[in-house]
Formats: sequence, C-alpha cells, structure tokens
Amino acid sequence: MPHLLERSPIEAVPVQLDGDERLARNEMRRQIARLERELTELFASAFPRKRIEWDVAPAGGPRLLGIGELEEIRDGLANRIADVRGVLGDRAYVETKNRELLERMIAEPERFKWMRISNEDIGEPGCQHWHSRPRWGLLGMLVGWWRVKLSSGCPL
Amino acid sequence: MTEAELVPEQGWVAPRVAEEFPGIAIAWVEVEGPSGKSPEPVKRRLRQMSDRFHGGHAVHMRERPIPWAYRVFFRQIGLDPDRTRTPVEELALQRMKGGAFKSRNHLDDALTIAIVETGVALRAFDFEQVAGRLGIRLSGPGEELEGRPGELPHGTLVVADEERPLGLLFGATAAGRGVQPHTERILVAAVQVKGVPQIAVEEALWTCSIAMSAG
Repeated sequence: MPHLLERSPIEAVPVQLDGDERLARNEMRRQIARLERELTELFASAFPRKRIEWDVAPAGGPRLLGIGELEEIRDGLANRIADVRGVLGDRAYVETKNRELLERMIAEPERFKWMRISNEDIGEPGCQHWHSRPRWGLLGMLVGWWRVKLSSGCPL
Repeated sequence: MTEAELVPEQGWVAPRVAEEFPGIAIAWVEVEGPSGKSPEPVKRRLRQMSDRFHGGHAVHMRERPIPWAYRVFFRQIGLDPDRTRTPVEELALQRMKGGAFKSRNHLDDALTIAIVETGVALRAFDFEQVAGRLGIRLSGPGEELEGRPGELPHGTLVVADEERPLGLLFGATAAGRGVQPHTERILVAAVQVKGVPQIAVEEALWTCSIAMSAG
C-alpha cells in the first residue's frame, strides 16, 4: 500500500478534535454512508451493463481522516453517482432505440439485411444475438427470403 | 471444539477510535493449527458454496447489510472498496474469476467459509506472536509495521497487540505475525464495524472454528 507511505505524518493527522469538528466529521460520514447506498443501488441496477466507471478516489487509508478529506470523498461519491446516472440514462435511451429496431427487424427482416443486434445492445444479460440472414444461403439472397435467426447463447 | 467451549474474547478499542467510529470492535478465538491441507468435509463445503454462489449473488452482495456496512466503513477510513476490496467481496470476485471457491489450505478454506457465509471480516495471526490482548488503535509518531519500509503515517488505523501493530486495519499483516505452515496456535480475529450485528460476528468466529476442527 504505497499510498500510505506517500503522506507525511503532519498531513495524515487530523487537527485535534473539538466537539464541533467531531460533529462535522460524523455528519460527513453519515453523508458518505447515504451516498454509498445510492451508488450501491445504481451498481445493482446497472447490471449487466459493462464499461461503467465506479471508482471513487481513495484518501490513502486506512486512516482517521480529517474533515477536508471526508469532504473530498463525499464529493467524489456525489460526482460518481451523477456520472453513472448520466451514463445509464444515455445507455437506456440507446437500448430503447435498439429494442424498437429489433422489433422492426423481426417484423421485416428483408429491410435489415445482415443486421445483428446483441443482448448487450438492448441492455440484457447473456450473449445471444439476433441476426437477419437469408434462408437457404445464396438462394434466399437471390429470391429475397430473409429471416431473423437467434443465436444459441454464450460459448462454453 | 464444542460449541460450549467457544467464547470469543473481546478486544480493546482506543478511546479516540471508539469516539470517531461508534460500533467498531474486535473479537477473536484461538483455533488449533497447523493449517495444512483441508480435510474432505471442508473441501466439500467449499464446493457446495461454489454451487450456490452465482453472478447474481456477487452483483447484489453489496446491497446486503453486512457487506454494505464494510463498504461504508472503507470509504470513511479512506479506502475505495472497489480497489481495496472488503474481505467478502474479494472472495466473491475470486469465485467469479476462478469458477469456484478453490481450496488452498485448511485455515484459508475455513476463513473463506466463515466470511462468505456471514459477510464478516476475519483475519488470522500466529497466536504465539501476539503479546496480550488484541485491539484497534491509531499508529503513533514514528511507528512502523514490521517488514515494511518507512514509518506509518501518524493516525493510521492498525490492529495491534499490547506492544506493537500487528497489521493495518483491513490491510497488510506485519512480518512474522501472520500464520505460517508450522503455526500451532492460530488467532482468528473478527473486525466489527457499525451495522454489523454482534451475533454475526459470533457466528463467523464459530463457523471458522468448526471448520478448523473438522477432519
């Protein structure tokens, strides 16, 4: 844990507490707990979406943190929650559009030749994908017989 | 070991730490070593746990009260639980990456069973290398953790005996204080934080003890 060693003892020790400061730190810790709850709920609701950043910069613990450091963690959590909400909102929009596209593709496969939509594209778990392909290969291509084929899932 | 024999010892918490973190505590039991290879009943239990534990459990684990309590505490002491994982989340990640809770040795397997079943953070020390009672305190000026270069930043949270730090709280163990293959007496300690019920701590220590006495 090299970050432990990067801090000088002077930096690391919170100012000796008086009652008000301890109350402030307690309030900061309460806010951190509340924000951690929100981030936890977002994490569960985000599954199975990938490539979402969840890190919040640590303060080089395990230490008794000062009020300023607790504030930084609280703000980091709040910013992370806002970022994740934004990312999930964008993804939800794209996934809704992809679901609509999939419905149209299933209804009229010949209009969406060779198009492929995966579970990930519509925000679902698993490795299945829908693929618009010609029936009977070349013959289907020539006469315009297309269908949507659903793959069997994840490879073992 | 019978159930009646198992009474966890309660450790001390420095007043400053207790003031800042109400609910923090440390308790421990002594179990017999040496650790060695796990007996079949312990391996079987790991396999059963592996079969019961799936991706959904890992995803929703942090929503459960005890794993969540440790996540919050990690944040409050300056650790990011997505980088420095809580013990139960670290095991869950290993399970998902490895496809199973893999048997390593008797002590590690017993700790895995107890941590996964209860969510409580456990760690082990060589009983003979612990002087007096265990506790949690802040490091003092100029204090070092054996086996690591440099001084600990003043104010570092450590698990300590009555003479020296034995390890960082939720971090590295001091050189020579951890369990070795030949260790005869093992101290298994549970670190409790706000939101973790006492009964869960007792269950974790009891589960680990029973697993260590198996075979």
